[in-house]
Amino acid sequence: MKALSELNIGAMAVVESLDLPEEVGHHLMHMGFTPDARVVVLRRAPAGDPTVYAIDGFEIALRRDTARAIRVRLAEEGTR
Amino acid sequence: MSDCCSTDTIELPAESLTPRVAGKIRTVALVGPPNSGKSTLFNRLTGLRQKVANYPGVTVEQHFGKLSGIGRSDLVLIDLPGIYSLDSYSEDARVAVDVLHGNMPGSPVPDAVLLVLDSLHLRRQLMLAAPILALNLPTLVLLNMSDLMETRGGEVDSLALAQELGVPVAKISGSRGTGLDSITHFLNRKSEPTLPSANRLELPVVGNARSYRQWATGISTRTKYKAPLSSEWTQKLDRVLLNRIAGPILFLAVVISVFQVVFSIGQPLSDGLGSVLNAVGDKVGTLLGTGWLESLLIDGIWKGVASVLVFLPQILLLFLFIGVLEDSGYLARAALIADRMMRSIGLNGKAFIPLLSAYACAVPAIMATRTIENKRDRFATILVTPFMTCSARLPIYILIISAFIPNKPILGDFFGMKAAVMLSLYLLGFLAALVTARLLKSSILKTSTAPFILELPQYRLPTLRSLGLRVVDRGKVFLKQAGTIILCVTVVLWILSHIPFHSDLPGSVVGHVGQWIEPVIRPLGFNWKIGIGLLSSIVAREVIVGTLGTLYGADPATQSLNLQAALRHDLTLGGALALVVFFAFAMQCTSTMAIVKRETNSWKWPALQFVYMTGLAYIAALATNQIVTHFVR
Repeated sequence: MKALSELNIGAMAVVESLDLPEEVGHHLMHMGFTPDARVVVLRRAPAGDPTVYAIDGFEIALRRDTARAIRVRLAEEGTR
Repeated sequence: MSDCCSTDTIELPAESLTPRVAGKIRTVALVGPPNSGKSTLFNRLTGLRQKVANYPGVTVEQHFGKLSGIGRSDLVLIDLPGIYSLDSYSEDARVAVDVLHGNMPGSPVPDAVLLVLDSLHLRRQLMLAAPILALNLPTLVLLNMSDLMETRGGEVDSLALAQELGVPVAKISGSRGTGLDSITHFLNRKSEPTLPSANRLELPVVGNARSYRQWATGISTRTKYKAPLSSEWTQKLDRVLLNRIAGPILFLAVVISVFQVVFSIGQPLSDGLGSVLNAVGDKVGTLLGTGWLESLLIDGIWKGVASVLVFLPQILLLFLFIGVLEDSGYLARAALIADRMMRSIGLNGKAFIPLLSAYACAVPAIMATRTIENKRDRFATILVTPFMTCSARLPIYILIISAFIPNKPILGDFFGMKAAVMLSLYLLGFLAALVTARLLKSSILKTSTAPFILELPQYRLPTLRSLGLRVVDRGKVFLKQAGTIILCVTVVLWILSHIPFHSDLPGSVVGHVGQWIEPVIRPLGFNWKIGIGLLSSIVAREVIVGTLGTLYGADPATQSLNLQAALRHDLTLGGALALVVFFAFAMQCTSTMAIVKRETNSWKWPALQFVYMTGLAYIAALATNQIVTHFVR
């Protein structure tokens, strides 16, 4: 298991769990970051942070602090 | 500018405020996730013009309208801020949830729901259907942007979806207005008292996002939902616009070219308008002959009002540009680029969106802070927003710059001295906002960092219709302002500058007041006429230009000159620059103070803001005048 923040651009992963305060965690889950959701690291902002992630066809930007609290496992290519 | 965000309001039928009657529909709520097109649909269905733009969180409070667009003006439609769930994470979401639950004072309780879902992203958007259907109100699910979904190769079996959800489902396009007859059918049918359906569907456990998602995924699979290809354009554009090097450079280039456009295109238009207005004034003046009537109408009212009216072209150009930024989806990217800088002052990138829209007007910008989840971050943003250079500052900036700054080229023909001074004034306001935010966040509004979560919309080409409507609406507000507040102020000023009768200007009431306050403003390089302008502009910033137009029009020494020449005659360079610096910082807008009071629920904050901003303005203007007078020649 890894933190979402450790992934490189272009990596694909599956969300395992969120280790965030309940309010923030809930909000993120309703935005698509639920366990088993597939997430792709799209690009970083010019300053290197925040990072844009694609999830369920949406693009959502998160700072490294938040992404660090999202545990993921790498998805094998082609299982899409 | 005072009523920047005023919208048409409707009289709510008294009975709509009474409790629900089973089976009877009087009020319908538009519910849906952020940026799913609710307000576009609302405008279509009511014929009103609520603000729409391409980023999540444009609508921050409930709006009412009659369903006259589909011939049901007996029904009230409520447009609500977008929500992801019925947990209320931010202030705007809280509004939506309160209205839906009937806990919002003054708002009717909805009897039926139109659930708007963006069909380009149906899988996630369906998650919201679970808590909404659990409310057990008559519901129609509208798959919005279905035309776009189909052209991009997506599909969904809407009949199967209706069966899965147990409520009717219709494919529509809010922007094109297709499929809206389904709403008429739904309302006609549901207006008849119906028996509660013995239902029916298995809803997931309330409040659990994971089970919502499994439920939504199951349904999208069973209804053969095929997501459309995502827009290639968005990916391609972001590769450039969010590029490490090109991104920030392009951002700056865009900003610089706006100021250049305001001068290179706006100024000739404005000069042309000015000479037409003057010619009309002179013609009418000759017809009236000399006398007190001519003096009141032409020297007083016409010169005052016309001196403000000439700035219409520049203000509309600025609004056109802000419209393009908002409608294209670039604003959310700007927030992303700015997040790093905003973090260094203790706020996050989301606060950048209200700050940018404050370039138009602080009033809607302060409303827009409702999308900032953390309360202290939100207050800090509200307090610094009026430092951003709003369009009401443009008239005095352009007047002073045109009168005092030579147009020497700096970067070739592309960027001149006038545009450079203008840009510096904008930067000055922005820096004041940043520094103040930093002070607030490290003292009275200290918090641990709140997370930054921002959804980036797909890019869209702004439509001419939408841009045109913004510019027309803005023009109307500006003309209304000139025809009411500025007209009143100039009439009052003319009268006060002519009593006691047969006195000259310095001997009039205005003259006495001006000379009484002159010692306070003399060190800033201002004369008493400017002082009267500062007093009158506490109502709204652009009033100063009308005031100066009237005062210089009433003074025999400057009567024959245009306002620019009259100012050059009367003001040093130091005083002129001090004046624009004063305007960059001072809080001179009663509408802003009223909205700050409303949003923070206390007079404490607007009072603090007024004292701080005006104090800062005085000190900065004093410094400017002293520096320019002693070091520049």
